[in-house]
Amino acid sequence: MNQQAKLTRRRFITLSVLATGGICLLSRCANPPLSKWRVLTEQESSLLDALAEQIIPTDEWPGGRDAGVTNFIDQQLAGPYVRFQDTYRRGMQAVQESCKTKFQKRFEQLPFEEQTLFLKSMEAGKMEGKLWENGFDRQFFRLIRDHSMQGYYGSPRHGGNKNNVSYQMMKLDYPVIIGQNRYIS
Amino acid sequence: MGNKHVNAIVVGAGAGGGIVAKELSVAGLSVVLFERGGWATFDDTDTDELKSQRTTVLGNAYGPDDLRYKRVVVNADGSTDLVLPSEGGYNNNAACVGSGTVSYGAMAWRFMQEDFKLKTTYGAIEGSTLDDWPFTYEELEPCYEKAEWEIGVAGDSTLNPFAAPRKKPYPMPPFSHNKEAKLLYDAAKRLGYHPFPIPMLRNSIPYGGRPACIRMRTCCGYACPVNAKCGTQNTVIPIAIESGNCELRINSVVSEIQINEQGKITGVTYFDERNRKQTQTTDIVIISASATETARLLLNSKSKFFPKGIGNENDWVGRNLQGHAYTGAYGIFEDEVYDDLGPGASVAISDFNHHNPGIMGGEVLCNEFIRMPYAFTGIRPPGSASWGKEHKTFQRLNYKRVAQAVGPYQEIPNFESRVEVDPEVKDFWGIPVVRLSGSRHEKDIEGCRLMSEKAESWLKEAGAIQTWQSVGGRGLSGGQHQAGTCRMGNDPKTSVTDKFGRIHAVSNLFVADGSLNVNNGGFNPALTIMALGYRVGGYIAGEWSKGNRFK
Repeated sequence: MNQQAKLTRRRFITLSVLATGGICLLSRCANPPLSKWRVLTEQESSLLDALAEQIIPTDEWPGGRDAGVTNFIDQQLAGPYVRFQDTYRRGMQAVQESCKTKFQKRFEQLPFEEQTLFLKSMEAGKMEGKLWENGFDRQFFRLIRDHSMQGYYGSPRHGGNKNNVSYQMMKLDYPVIIGQNRYIS
Repeated sequence: MGNKHVNAIVVGAGAGGGIVAKELSVAGLSVVLFERGGWATFDDTDTDELKSQRTTVLGNAYGPDDLRYKRVVVNADGSTDLVLPSEGGYNNNAACVGSGTVSYGAMAWRFMQEDFKLKTTYGAIEGSTLDDWPFTYEELEPCYEKAEWEIGVAGDSTLNPFAAPRKKPYPMPPFSHNKEAKLLYDAAKRLGYHPFPIPMLRNSIPYGGRPACIRMRTCCGYACPVNAKCGTQNTVIPIAIESGNCELRINSVVSEIQINEQGKITGVTYFDERNRKQTQTTDIVIISASATETARLLLNSKSKFFPKGIGNENDWVGRNLQGHAYTGAYGIFEDEVYDDLGPGASVAISDFNHHNPGIMGGEVLCNEFIRMPYAFTGIRPPGSASWGKEHKTFQRLNYKRVAQAVGPYQEIPNFESRVEVDPEVKDFWGIPVVRLSGSRHEKDIEGCRLMSEKAESWLKEAGAIQTWQSVGGRGLSGGQHQAGTCRMGNDPKTSVTDKFGRIHAVSNLFVADGSLNVNNGGFNPALTIMALGYRVGGYIAGEWSKGNRFK
């Protein structure tokens, strides 16, 4: 049973109130969004899919999108990462506004190589404009990178690493069979 | 309704406290053992890397939780951060019955003779509060032996020529080496070093009514699914409870030590499992809450006698906070060196623990515990991509080809590395939280560099085709090896407790955890904390049987 499923509504609200002052979540409770996600909108999920695919691209093994990184992030934003909700909203908005200004397109509509350059610029702290002031470009990049890695390489119980894809790629047998002494010579 | 008066209260059911509770209760004292967490089981978090005690991004598997706990960290520039237990800066220890001994890597080191007399060995160091312990290794040796036999250690005591003398061997035979450890073992031999199997608080054969280890990949940072890892929760604490004299009070948070008009401890204030404020009266209190939380409890216990906190007349409580600057190197091998024989760490060399020209101390170098997939995403040679195609390819090709040799660097005690209580921030229960500040001594970095060089050349000799160093930094000390904040000593002006862990100015208040360590050695400190538990507990029980009521 995963942690999210164990989170009762009451504890969930307490958690959100503690971490964010409750503004985001409570307002969302009052107006249920038309989205299959817990926290994200459909558009936001498309952006996170594209970002996850940049962090862990598809090669002979599935990439971040197909491994369910966005689902992982959405699940955590309604749980332990509720404190990052504001940063995500702000960051995703900044990414789209910068893309609109520069390319008149949304990030996920850019060619893959263009997206890579965009993220490299964020990583290096070279984004321009008020939206990215005080190192927010670096900060949001690191958040996206770390959370995507967690979703791809962490335990599938948190909504990512679909079909144990990263464990398979790294030749780790899963699940570990408890109580089997097979490794002792 | 008040609680029934008891002879002793122990605060914290970890490595030190679990042992003190057992020593006192089997000696006939009535004991309440307080633990802020509850019982932990493997099944709660399984082998979940993201919620373990080693990688805590989604929370600490065995506590403390993000909802009720927080700390303040003072940065080098004087700014402060509020940190949660799942964030690295928190410097957490577990919060559950057995505490860190449930999920530790379980290395069972005795400190060396030199570690007890560092000032005599190395002389005074500028900017450091370096000192000798108020007793020698020989005086603690019987307590080490007791810890090894009662909690359970597997090892070979004949192969490390640098180890301090001992009277008895380990109770269990050593573990076999995994593939990378075999390579490193042979390389160490070729280099003229003295490799040996790491002594472990883990069953290599059935022991203490529990089965042998099944060599899980996840071990360090996780509970054991078959109960083969030896902690206080499955050894001494059950004995204490079975004695009929010890009540374990879980999910109970002690907030203050109560003191009367005569300057004598009368009990503690605590919040019970339903967060109700309670009082428990007693004859003696022993605090075993970890180097940060023990100091916090003393500092939060202000009274007419101790306006700056109990034992803090000279501003020494919370000072000299030290953990270990982990330092070593990584190597990539041509062939796979990973054979999935957990927990990974199994070979060590103690050749560099002392007698390194120009530096104080050193460290034991070991191969490392298995790095789980997410942890491995941060392990790359300098200049490598931290994301994208190249990063993913590295992950796929090299996960089973990377080995690490690393160790806990013996830090130079620093008076400015410290635990205080924050003047404003309070936790869920309204108790002022820990405020951490300071950094390691500037000379530590020289020793760290030397150790990383040794580790790197060891990996090269073992066949690594590419190597790089990971050198311990100067930042805030502490971490899971936190120690030193209530130093033992003979001089009340430069220490907090006497040589039996008793707060100098108070007859019936003791400390029994890593806080007592005058220095933290170049080794993981768990077995030393256990030995100190036997020392303090044994002293109190012995005095009690002679009629001393610590009045």
